[in-house]
Amino acid sequence: MSLPDLSPLWLTLQLAAVTTLVLLAIGTPLAWWLSQTASRLKPVVETITALPLVLPPTVLGFYLLILLSPKSPVGALWVDVTGSTLTFSFTGLVIASVLYSLPFAVQPLQAAFEALGRAPFELAATLRAGPLDRFATIAVPMAGRGFLTAAVLSFAHTIGEFGVVLMVGGNIPGQTKVISIAIYEQVETINYADAHVLSAIMLVFAFAVLLFVYTLNRRFPVRVG
Amino acid sequence: MALEVDISLSYPGFDLAVKHRFAPGRITAIFGRSGSGKSTLLRIIAGLETGAAGSVTMGGTVWQAPGIRLAPEARGVGFVFQDARLFAHLTVDGNLSYAANRAKGLKGPGLDMIAHDFDLGSLLQRRPVGLSGGERQRVALARALLMSPRVLLLDEPLAALDDARKHEILPYLERLRDHSDLPILYVSHSMAEVARIASDIVVMQAGNVLRSGTIEDVLSDPSAVPVLGVRDAGAVIAARVVTHHADGLTELAVSQSVLLLPRMDAKIGAMVRVRIPAQDVILSLHRPEGLSALNILPVVIAAIYQGDGPGVAIGLRSGEDRLLARVTQRSAAALHLTEGLACFAVIKSVAVAHGDIGAAR
Repeated sequence: MSLPDLSPLWLTLQLAAVTTLVLLAIGTPLAWWLSQTASRLKPVVETITALPLVLPPTVLGFYLLILLSPKSPVGALWVDVTGSTLTFSFTGLVIASVLYSLPFAVQPLQAAFEALGRAPFELAATLRAGPLDRFATIAVPMAGRGFLTAAVLSFAHTIGEFGVVLMVGGNIPGQTKVISIAIYEQVETINYADAHVLSAIMLVFAFAVLLFVYTLNRRFPVRVG
Repeated sequence: MALEVDISLSYPGFDLAVKHRFAPGRITAIFGRSGSGKSTLLRIIAGLETGAAGSVTMGGTVWQAPGIRLAPEARGVGFVFQDARLFAHLTVDGNLSYAANRAKGLKGPGLDMIAHDFDLGSLLQRRPVGLSGGERQRVALARALLMSPRVLLLDEPLAALDDARKHEILPYLERLRDHSDLPILYVSHSMAEVARIASDIVVMQAGNVLRSGTIEDVLSDPSAVPVLGVRDAGAVIAARVVTHHADGLTELAVSQSVLLLPRMDAKIGAMVRVRIPAQDVILSLHRPEGLSALNILPVVIAAIYQGDGPGVAIGLRSGEDRLLARVTQRSAAALHLTEGLACFAVIKSVAVAHGDIGAAR
């Protein structure tokens, strides 16, 4: 038995890694703001953040397709600046994945920040630590578990996505053909052997990642007190 | 430099209004029941209650005034909470450095010196989770000092500790009081603690200041008895250790007589504070004889205050010392107690409990 083309696997890992990094960069300040604010906008922002959880991926993918297409102002601007289109490109996939997995990064981080309560921040403030200082030296290190959870969930969720990718990225080998789509294609063409191999790789990978996280959680429980 | 506050804060069902000047180099006890607004007052001073109106001025620096509100990090308040609030993700050394690093250039005391003063040398590499309650409070106190505070706010720092741990911390607080020129605010609902370490007292009830003044004045004022509560009322007087007797008693000199107490740990010649609960003072018109009580002081009645209850609070003078007694209305009438009357105060020596005794300034 020969191995199927593994490039969709590498592309998937690349997409998940980039998406996770972008999500941590965007999700951390957003989650921090949500955890601290008393603004009336908070429930609105929380709702928008949670939308990808309930919307069918095809709905999200459809709107993204329209937003990113060269006919929309955003898509057109991107073409003007870079010379290439956002739809059916790796960059477009990253944007779609970031939006799609946003709640999986923001919600654990927000919960982790909120679980810290006000006390350590009030205390840090009396010790002459300003807002940015408090965020960097208290919130981030004390919410370490939240960061781990957010990173793993974002990564795993991005690997598992299908509908949004199909709508926005299509099926271009080496550019947008991620593993879930490759498997779908193999099944469609009744190439069950390759579908088996790719699916088995996904299954083992997902199991290994989750096992790693749960083991880590056991061995390094959260320090309290 | 003194800390001056004139602030108010309203929540639904709770109004707080406090105007007071806290003197430097003295511990001012904020005394009152839970819910009287003591902790809220400290939080307002620290800048942690954003809803407060009014002004807070430290020395010449305005911390808060209409249109001005300095952030907590810009004020320089050393805040010690009841639950210590050490940073769990840092070692003891990390907690201390956190404060010290942010006070660089303020020529405060060095970390090594403070760690030595608070006997923290052996704890520096430990994590807060492994420390005892007393150790945590020692770290919290040291940390508050390391940020070069302009005022120290201590919010019931001993309340979570058992008696043995309290006695472990109190000497550090006393050292702080005696070697510091900061205003120190000490929230407490324990009169024993207040009598031992405070110089001044602010009595709070339902968000208002009922009484304020020096410990000696307020605690010997008969009209303050209802405010402090019958159980907590009692004068604090200064005494000098004369000698330790072979039968286990320590002799103290007060201004007009001597007191005998169960042996206490103090050098001969040392000045100590003695607290005499008002309800443990019995008045007698003649010097009693054939009585087991050892401590009988000649006194003159200075003031009589009759409250709502069956009791009467009597202010007494014994030379320079002021005492407080609480008797029933019936006794006061039967003995014809009036201001200026000379009589004798019988002090049940058991009432002069060791835990109530602390070094005076």
